[in-house]
Amino acid sequence: MTDLLQLLVFGIVFGSILTLGAIGVSLIFGILRFAHFAHGDMMTVGAYFALVFVVQAGWPIYMALPAAMIGAAVLAILIDQSVYRRLRRTAPVILLISSFGMALLLRAAAQLIWGTDNQVYQPGINVPYVVFDIRIKPDHLVIVGASVILVFAFHLFLKMTRMGKAMRAMSDNVDLARVSGIDSERVVIWTWVIGGALAAAAGVLLALDTRLNPQLGWNVLLPIFAATIVGGIGRVYGAIAGGMFIGIATELSTAVLLPAYKPAVAFTLMVLVLILRPQGLVRGMN
Amino acid sequence: MELGGIIEYGLFFLSFVGIYALLSLGLNLQWGLTGQFNIGIAGFFAVGAYTSAILTTAPSPHHLGGFGMPLAVGLVFAMVLAGLVAVLVGLLTVRLRTDYLAIATIGIAEIIRLGLKNEEWLTNGVRGIPGIPRPFAETLGQSDGVFLLVVVVLILMVYLALEAARRSPWGRVLRAIRENEDGVRAAGKHIERFRLEAFVVGSMIMGLGGALFAHFVGFISPEAFTPEFATFLVWVMLIAGGSGNNKGAVLGALIIWLVWTGTEFLTSMAPPEYVTQAGALRLLMIGILVQVILLVRPDGLLPEETADRTK
Repeated sequence: MTDLLQLLVFGIVFGSILTLGAIGVSLIFGILRFAHFAHGDMMTVGAYFALVFVVQAGWPIYMALPAAMIGAAVLAILIDQSVYRRLRRTAPVILLISSFGMALLLRAAAQLIWGTDNQVYQPGINVPYVVFDIRIKPDHLVIVGASVILVFAFHLFLKMTRMGKAMRAMSDNVDLARVSGIDSERVVIWTWVIGGALAAAAGVLLALDTRLNPQLGWNVLLPIFAATIVGGIGRVYGAIAGGMFIGIATELSTAVLLPAYKPAVAFTLMVLVLILRPQGLVRGMN
Repeated sequence: MELGGIIEYGLFFLSFVGIYALLSLGLNLQWGLTGQFNIGIAGFFAVGAYTSAILTTAPSPHHLGGFGMPLAVGLVFAMVLAGLVAVLVGLLTVRLRTDYLAIATIGIAEIIRLGLKNEEWLTNGVRGIPGIPRPFAETLGQSDGVFLLVVVVLILMVYLALEAARRSPWGRVLRAIRENEDGVRAAGKHIERFRLEAFVVGSMIMGLGGALFAHFVGFISPEAFTPEFATFLVWVMLIAGGSGNNKGAVLGALIIWLVWTGTEFLTSMAPPEYVTQAGALRLLMIGILVQVILLVRPDGLLPEETADRTK
């Protein structure tokens, strides 16, 4: 029982990270109508941005995190404006190919700049708190706390601001949103700002939980897609539920399966949802 | 390099082009004709390679088999098994948008790679399977020339079959599905069946490519089936050559393999501190190349022949 509760803790931590990634994927799909395959590698690059601030500028992680989010948002806009924007008039599937290529490009660049070795933000042991035989690292609290704050901020943005409203409108019906005077290019830019920033946050938190290397984000791309689809692709609130579900389920599965098969568990759950609850895939943000 | 060396290298080079041309032709049937987005090529490639390797190698205590069967048996079963995996993936995704197919195929490919790594009883894990025989090695020797001849014959067969299929009513339905799904449905065609057929046949060709790869290099391990080399390069080849055009698929394989090999020469001239990073540098170059192709020449070198051009 203690073991399962321990795995549940790991699952909540992993789920918080997946949620941040899945919100971005879901939002991008809702607005731009393509599955963004470079999302995992955007996480990786964001995590390295934070490393630069921590190691070179000597900043603490809670300052490096927002800085890395801004850096990744700028990078996402640059990628969109230099490549994706020019491909938007073609079929969405061309964007899919392009983003798949972009994934490799980002990963190769990260490897060239920062090397292939495992790196950490802070060397040393993260001494866990022990509560009823369950071990919780301080980093785990940071991860879940940061994730809750970011998701709540995103929720406020979506509900309270004009841009958030425009995003929801565009996700529901692009043409209708356009004729009612929404500047779709501005919405797209904000989509990348949020997608990129949340991806960077997910990357930093994942690197905090594990270790930072160029494969960091690519390794969780499949669970993130699974979380997105389980929550209903294009539905950002579903992404939260999907992220937690996939995170907890994959960690619990390690009680009976090799941990190496975690992505396979995420994938199987995704397929089951596709078969049993395709109505969970209805678009729309609400 | 004297002449013999150049010829030898040429045969080696073209053998790889041939293997990639098969993958590219398989992808052309799925993507070029039918508009199905398969980014799990590595999975079908690996299934083909491992199936044929296990069936044709000498018995070994380190993995399942080997069964020491003739090479032809290995090739046929490589196609059959890759086809079966494709049926599974196809049935799950055939009704869904192509984005789901993309995610499903990459998922299956990753699971297959994890399986190859972790199921040691089947595949000998990361230590891989050595001693995979070359075609006609006992009668004609280990020459790359013999292998190339086998590959060329197989490519010709696949190419002619695909061209015939493309011009047939079946091929027309596939292209019609790509262009206008609802229209084809309204015309009373069973779209799901056509899609599944194209997907399975394309994957079988990829399985054949995988088997030939195994017999060419003689040793396979999970590292050979990463998405970078086994999936991404194939996509670059098809897009560069011209998706929808079988000649383009073959031409793309030749040109991109030339570029890919060329980047190896380029990176060997890079400053020494980058030599260990050569692989990443090469991927970076190819990654940039694909963006440039998509932006500048999205139809590829040999665009698809449209109806009025084939008259």
